[in-house]
Amino acid sequence: MNRIPTMAELAAEGRQPEVLFWVGCAGSFDDRAQRVTRAFAELLQNAGVDFAILGQEESCTGDPARRAGNEFLFQMLAQQNVAVLNMYGVKKIVTACPHCFNTLKNEYPVLGGNYEVVHHTQFLLQLLKEGRLKVEGGSFRGKKITYHDSCYLGRVNGEYEAPRALLEALDADLVEMKRCRTKGLCCGAGGAQMWKEDEPGDKRINVERAEEALETGAAVVASNCPFCLTMISDGVKAKDKQDEVLVYDLAELILNSK
Amino acid sequence: MIQPIVFVVVTIAAFGLAFVQYRRIRRNVLLGQDEAIGGPKSRRWRNMLLVAFGQKKMFKNWIPAIFHLFIYVAFLLTQIELIEILVDGVTGHHRIFAEPLGGFYTFLISFIEILSLLAFVATLVFLARRNLLKVPRFHKPEMKGWPFTDANLILYGEILLIIGIFSMNGADKVLQSLGAEGYHPTGDFAVSSWLGPALFGGLETGTLMVIERFGWWLHVLVVYAFLNYLPISKHLHILLAFPNTWFARLTPRGQMKNMPEIQKEVAAMMNPEAAASSTEPQEETMPLFGAGDVFHLSWRELLAAYTCTECGRCTAECPANITGKKLSPRKIMMDVRDRLEEVSKNIDSKDPKCFPENPQTPLPNRLGYDDGKSLFDYISREEIHACTTCNACVEACPVLINPLDIILQLRRYEILVESSGPSDWLPLFNSLENSQSAWAMSSPRDAWNQ
Repeated sequence: MNRIPTMAELAAEGRQPEVLFWVGCAGSFDDRAQRVTRAFAELLQNAGVDFAILGQEESCTGDPARRAGNEFLFQMLAQQNVAVLNMYGVKKIVTACPHCFNTLKNEYPVLGGNYEVVHHTQFLLQLLKEGRLKVEGGSFRGKKITYHDSCYLGRVNGEYEAPRALLEALDADLVEMKRCRTKGLCCGAGGAQMWKEDEPGDKRINVERAEEALETGAAVVASNCPFCLTMISDGVKAKDKQDEVLVYDLAELILNSK
Repeated sequence: MIQPIVFVVVTIAAFGLAFVQYRRIRRNVLLGQDEAIGGPKSRRWRNMLLVAFGQKKMFKNWIPAIFHLFIYVAFLLTQIELIEILVDGVTGHHRIFAEPLGGFYTFLISFIEILSLLAFVATLVFLARRNLLKVPRFHKPEMKGWPFTDANLILYGEILLIIGIFSMNGADKVLQSLGAEGYHPTGDFAVSSWLGPALFGGLETGTLMVIERFGWWLHVLVVYAFLNYLPISKHLHILLAFPNTWFARLTPRGQMKNMPEIQKEVAAMMNPEAAASSTEPQEETMPLFGAGDVFHLSWRELLAAYTCTECGRCTAECPANITGKKLSPRKIMMDVRDRLEEVSKNIDSKDPKCFPENPQTPLPNRLGYDDGKSLFDYISREEIHACTTCNACVEACPVLINPLDIILQLRRYEILVESSGPSDWLPLFNSLENSQSAWAMSSPRDAWNQ
């Protein structure tokens, strides 16, 4: 991956990129999610997409604050982001995080932030269809892969097909879990649960979901969300299957297919 | 001559009592906050026709959907026969539609009879499912006691209704074949033309007439009882599913309700000069910071609480509930209704204890109501803290109820009014406030981009 220019740098040259890559907190700071960020950026560079990031001018979208109930904090973050995005005249945003995706797409318009927002799986599929991105499929051909629908891409925003179409392009053998699509089981991270201990119960949600993924006998669990990635990986680890079953983001699968 | 008088008195009493009860429910729903309906009417009609009338979301699971459909269609069509019963009751004119409709009448009643028979089977299946099969969602803690009894009562009521119909039609068919006076031939009904003779064949005309009237009265009395039972029962959904689907929010699922007061305040904080020169008048009333009681919820949410039929499809899909946490989206809806009923009783009794001179509620309500309680006396913190906002409950509800909206408003109240909430979230809030990111990190945000 080559270094990605920031919006500020491009603006200084009087340029505006085709699309802004919104990285998000997980993609910026979490070790595992950073690898997804780099993989996706590399794919964009391979496809010759003209894109930039906000760099240090990006803030959390405010999703966890809002869903925890802290509207003040959400408004502070959101209004600041809208101001930055509008200052650069951003029209199109792509992000690898379904929570950022949802907030940018559905919650910023009321605050004066109107952009075309796409999830990275949708964007990759588009590149594939346009022939800008090639998938060789080699390493995953015929391999059993199961796909975990994230709540905020699937149930909340109705996108079930783009990620599956990518798996199809990999020539992988997609095996569905019992609970998929509209009935897909949450990984347990949403609604700011990522930042708190579970309430008392019989089991952790991510373990329940990992068990379901393991039942499919798939060698790979494909995800589209940095939080799901962490949760399912932890769940697989809790079942001591981390050496047999690998959890990847779809961008990583596409990049590694060659 | 006695029958029409008794009938008219009973009918007026039944409808009068129902009127009082439904008016109370309407009043209770309107205790909620105003909220604009919003969105195009065409989409509302579509929702109501597909989801309520067409039962689209029920068909996510075919087997219960089919049985439920039998009962539902039988219920809808039986209303035609009910019109006839009302006319008969007042005028004494037996089967008024028979002559003008002719063969179509035979078809119509036959159709109703077949559906009633199917509904009878469905009712038995549902009774077995609730009481013998132990489907988990019917046996969660919130279903103990009245909710469980309520569910069975309506099924017993349905059986009575169907017994009424078939005694009435069966005895009528036998009376017709005996050529009894006043019982005009109606053609062969699909069920009672064989069930009637099988059950009542060989009985005397007088006995048959008693059975026919018994069935007639049973049917009409059970209907009146239903009408007045609904307001205290979960079965109110048969009426409210229609307005509830029509009024359901059309905004994107992922969009939480914006809080314009906070938006404005934050905007002013971020740009004090623009705010100072603003000529907009200051808000007089205290803005709502989430919901701690039924008064703070929207009327839509209160309508939804009355619409909930406690089927538990939401709870069966809830990841927190599945993994043994206390949260049950169905219980949230039941709690809102129970709390609303408690408030309603106190308002009706004008209990002075609930209307103190200086109400101490943290957020005001226009009645000045304060009984020292709130929704949090019904819903525990643990429940609302367990929610992952995954929307599985929203997706699952067959009548477009959104328990998640209520959970999120309770969370807002906790943070914005009480400054409480899970202590685990404090580092998150601090980090967001100080470094604009969900984790406090020493490295810059774009350290990965080197």
